[in-house]
Amino acid sequence: MQQDETMYIMEDGILVVNLAKELDHHNAMGIGKRVDSYIIREGVRQVIFDFSRTGFMDSSGIGVIMGRQKIMESIRGKIYVRNMGKEIQRIFLISGLHKLVEKETESEMK
Amino acid sequence: MYTNHMHLEFDSKSENERFARVTAAAFATQLDPIMEEISDIKTAISEAVTNAIVHGYEGGEGTIYLDGEIKDREIMFVVRDEGVGITDVKKAMEPLFTTKPEEERAGMGFMFMEAFMDDLQVESEPGKGTAVIMTKKIAER
Repeated sequence: MQQDETMYIMEDGILVVNLAKELDHHNAMGIGKRVDSYIIREGVRQVIFDFSRTGFMDSSGIGVIMGRQKIMESIRGKIYVRNMGKEIQRIFLISGLHKLVEKETESEMK
Repeated sequence: MYTNHMHLEFDSKSENERFARVTAAAFATQLDPIMEEISDIKTAISEAVTNAIVHGYEGGEGTIYLDGEIKDREIMFVVRDEGVGITDVKKAMEPLFTTKPEEERAGMGFMFMEAFMDDLQVESEPGKGTAVIMTKKIAER
């Protein structure tokens, strides 16, 4: 079951959030809080949300990404998204989030 | 005309968001929908149930009712709560995204339901509760 949950990995000062299989109101709040604690305690300024395992996301997931985006904007940090499947891309498009959040490309990060 | 009906009652708990959307999607499978249609139904149900939990019962106790009804190629879902209700439904349905981007609640619940289903009706009475009625036509293949 643990494979289904969100995992947090630090990679050279960058926080990679390997998101859960499904992202809804039930788990979204906890993810937001966890990311915030990395920002506050570890001074993380770059966060990558990795959707490679995620097949479902509703507007609560959008809320979490938007919330982190706002925080990062105010501290000159940055968030990226990557490995979005078709379903997640549709959600991004409909919500308009694709205009606010940058897609991570390998060359940019290194 | 082919018809079928389902009825489900569950506690207003966030654990049940997944239960509700997966059940609704399973009920819809008899119409042989494509993945995208299943995904649409899941998202819309998830939004409606989350609204009932977060706004209807304001995180407190309550019962949520989910009805599914199939009439030929059309599927209708009703998500109902007996919570606080909505005073101004029209205003509640306005997408808050551009006007008031809330921190955690994106304000996109009704917008998503509208986008993913063919028809959306919201009936609400303050103090009595809210019913969200969503219909979707599943294309014949």
